[in-house]
Amino acid sequence: MSGFRLETGGRIDRSQPVTFSFDGKAYQGFAGDTLASALLANGVMLFGRSFKYHRPRGLVAAGSEEPNALISVHRGPGRFTPNLRATGVEIHNGLKAFSQNRWPSLAMDFGAINDRLGMFFPAGFYNKTFMWPRSFWDRVYEPAIRKMAGLGDAPTAEDPDVYASTYAHCDLLIIGAGPAGIDAALGAMDSNKRIVLIDEQDELGGGALADPALWPWLERSVKALTEATNVTILTRTTAFGFYHDNFIGAVQRLTDHLPNVTDTPREKLWRIRAGEVVLAQGAIERPLVFDGNDTPGVMLSSAARVFANRYGVAVGKALTLMASHDSGWHDVFALAKAGVGISAIIDVRKSVDSALLHAAERLGIKVYLNHGVVGVNGRHNVSSVEICDYSDQRVHRINCDALLMAGGWTPSVHLWSHSKGSLKWRDDLGAYVPDVPNENVRCIGGCFGDWDFGTGAVIDVLPTPKDQSRIKAFVDYQNDVTAKDIKLAVREGFRSIEHIKRYTTNGMATDQGKTSNLNGLQIASSALNKPVPDIGLTSFRPPYTPQTFGALAGHAKGALFQPTRTTNIDSWAQAHGAVFELVAQWRRARYFPKAGEDMHAAVNRECVAVRSSVGIFDASTLGKIEVVGPDAAEFLNRMYTNPWKALEPGRCRYGLLLKEDGFITDDGVSARLAPDRFHLTTTTGGAARVLNMMEDYLQTEWPDLDVWLTSTTEQYAVIALQGPNARKVLEPLVEGIDLSAEAFPHMAIREGTICGIETRLFRVSFTGELGFEINVPTAYGRFIWERLMAQGAQYDITAYGTEAMHVLRAEKGFIIVGQDTDGTVTPFDAGLDWAVGKKKPDFVGKRSMARPDIVAPGRKQLVGLLTDDPNVVLEEGAQIVAYPNQPIPMTMIGHVTSSYWSETLGRSIAMALVAGGHDMMGDTLYIPMPGKTHTAKVSGTVFYDLEGARLHV
Amino acid sequence: MILIHCPYCDEKRPEIEFANAGQAHIARPLDPAGQSDADWEAYLFIRANPRGRHHERWRHVHGCGRFFNAVRDTVTDKFETTYKAGEPRR
Repeated sequence: MSGFRLETGGRIDRSQPVTFSFDGKAYQGFAGDTLASALLANGVMLFGRSFKYHRPRGLVAAGSEEPNALISVHRGPGRFTPNLRATGVEIHNGLKAFSQNRWPSLAMDFGAINDRLGMFFPAGFYNKTFMWPRSFWDRVYEPAIRKMAGLGDAPTAEDPDVYASTYAHCDLLIIGAGPAGIDAALGAMDSNKRIVLIDEQDELGGGALADPALWPWLERSVKALTEATNVTILTRTTAFGFYHDNFIGAVQRLTDHLPNVTDTPREKLWRIRAGEVVLAQGAIERPLVFDGNDTPGVMLSSAARVFANRYGVAVGKALTLMASHDSGWHDVFALAKAGVGISAIIDVRKSVDSALLHAAERLGIKVYLNHGVVGVNGRHNVSSVEICDYSDQRVHRINCDALLMAGGWTPSVHLWSHSKGSLKWRDDLGAYVPDVPNENVRCIGGCFGDWDFGTGAVIDVLPTPKDQSRIKAFVDYQNDVTAKDIKLAVREGFRSIEHIKRYTTNGMATDQGKTSNLNGLQIASSALNKPVPDIGLTSFRPPYTPQTFGALAGHAKGALFQPTRTTNIDSWAQAHGAVFELVAQWRRARYFPKAGEDMHAAVNRECVAVRSSVGIFDASTLGKIEVVGPDAAEFLNRMYTNPWKALEPGRCRYGLLLKEDGFITDDGVSARLAPDRFHLTTTTGGAARVLNMMEDYLQTEWPDLDVWLTSTTEQYAVIALQGPNARKVLEPLVEGIDLSAEAFPHMAIREGTICGIETRLFRVSFTGELGFEINVPTAYGRFIWERLMAQGAQYDITAYGTEAMHVLRAEKGFIIVGQDTDGTVTPFDAGLDWAVGKKKPDFVGKRSMARPDIVAPGRKQLVGLLTDDPNVVLEEGAQIVAYPNQPIPMTMIGHVTSSYWSETLGRSIAMALVAGGHDMMGDTLYIPMPGKTHTAKVSGTVFYDLEGARLHV
Repeated sequence: MILIHCPYCDEKRPEIEFANAGQAHIARPLDPAGQSDADWEAYLFIRANPRGRHHERWRHVHGCGRFFNAVRDTVTDKFETTYKAGEPRR
């Protein structure tokens, strides 16, 4: 128990007490407190257990760079957020926070045994130790290590919160509202620029919030900016990433600081495009590296100043400063002024500015120059420190309950680096600062290395007379990386900082090394005996601080993850109990079960109905392209494999589309409506791809052709009416079209009306039965469907879904591109050489059909498979072998592409791609499956009505 | 998110409106049947993978729908220029 609330001071509202809990225990703070400041005020110094060694850890910082004090917040069922920094969690009444990575409790943690065994856990320990046997890694080692090492628990329930998102555009975006950012905003305020000023904290001011002398200025400035109509101020907003062309991603936290708000968006993602970006993100103080520097109560000196001046909390009653930089002295003077007791100033330097010495003397603070801390006593809180006089190596003890570190400053160049701006090393700062920009962006203030904190010495590890192998001097607190680990990596041969980082995991924790990167670099630099700029710098990547998946996903989850396309007839299917499936983005009826039917029974009934009477099918999802213009026939002739120029208006043709490499990419039946007008259909999933491909050729290869392509997929509802009674159902409803077989043969199109609605009526069939596809304007789809259902009732008309459609087409050997082909299948492989115009000089893919690999023997070819046991329905995707008794691994010669139970044939049918399959008719092939090897005979792909008599009635 | 200048719309628009369409200035041979296997292979499959300036095709697919050419630096991801299909290589 060390920290306490000061009598006066701070920006907290002492008239508004706030009650919250930490690990189930109730505490009180004030409005304006963070979880960190409120717990500190209650004497809590222990905030968590470390990642690997389970060492007790307290606060290091006061801001978003905090590496240690990671906590979880519960806001009710499903509302659980792990790994929040206590320094960024604003308290409110009812807040429930919990510590992490400890069992059974924070104060008594079983895992702390790791700390005693620490000498056995050097860098690369896991990689070196848990190598053998390999199979143990997934089942034994990794689960055990994950249980012991870690941060907060991942949430398990679905997040019920709503997340908003928005786009914003501005002329000037200022990131960081400390003195530099506020000055930049004030300076630009009187222009006509649209300005956005964002800051991650709950109020503007940044470093000024810890400097009461600046508060009057801050109040005036914030008032002016708030009143300016051209300035948008976003607080509690973290700019987490800087992307191309001044595009910044930021997340605004809207409700986490409020009690019991669940009915408005929790966070809002801002995508901001800015004319100019000004980065004013400040700098982060650097810890010093010495034995025991992770003991609770050891923290950055600037943090102690923030806690005192902003929150009115003293981090201890007797503070000692360990400095290598002037800034710590100024912090300590400010702390003394705020009423915090200071026991000593220790500085590693032999001499400092005399003004500092005088100021210390005036305040009665004992000063030790050319000294360094070499040990920290106390386990759950600092009780005293051992300091070494570097002139004679003598060590003595100073009593204190908090030790402040002032190791200099690291400019926050994260977003600058995201934007690919270059950095330059400054020896005097021991830090990288922005150099040449890559976007219209500039850095000002602390993140440019421009500060008035004085000067300091740049050191890696504080010198110590102790045995180097026995000390634990932490560099990366969050990942438990010590100076020793980095030196070990160098000894083991790692030279690049990128490799050292990955081997030691330095800087790879959720804080991305905000407090550790530069110390790690310095230590590696000394160990390698090379200047820092020569060993490189690891990359900064978004996000600047961890962000929720919820904010990034926004509304794009659940049903809104991607659009679901529905047809005009979809509502009918829904009302009639259809089971749906997604085909590309379309929701399609898969089958229509009657009471008591499973899929198998429903599909059998639907198939039989089509073969024996009439079935009705919603084919609206078929891709449709209107091809218009004087050169339309010439264009299609060049695109498709078959000839189009001679096709008469009123007739249809099956079109096979290849890519230039000779492989099938799409197919569909298309109709010529007029000499200069075609109605193309494509596969459901291929519509956009085919249109893109046709546009590509039209625009870039043959711009001389006068042709226009228009997607008409969503303009037409398409109803397939299939079966021997199809004509009888249709006839009474259609006007202006003679439906007789003579006047309207298979593969023809007529225009007329149905129930008074204009229609493009195709006589086509994907079932092998007499069939029509009725195209009507989309809005009339369900209307026409219901009229057909009523008219067909006397024939027991049956709605069928995609599953029955698949069976019916497979019985006829009609392929589905993408199921029976896979992007490596040529027309010949698929048995579709009849659809290739032999006399055409050229079409897309023709030349490739003569490529050496495509004319070589042994290609996989599409064949039918009839299992010897007619009741066995093979699994689609099952592998096929020529001989069943081969040693494993067997030589796989093909796979099953389509396989169904055919109720019509009373047996199973299948199609398969088999190497050299066309020459295997009647051969027996083997399909090894778990527990049984099936046998099947190779056949043609048409299983039903081989001569096609049923089509031409 | 990159801004890309569409030479047809003459506007800089966000990259989500565009689709990349591979390397530019690879014309389909006028006489495919007359191509040797090696020439045809080169046309079909062989593409440049430069570090730096790269000529590539883009389509303003969620805009005007036109294909155009661009010079993009593959290291910095910056577009140097964009120009209409059919215009000479820049």
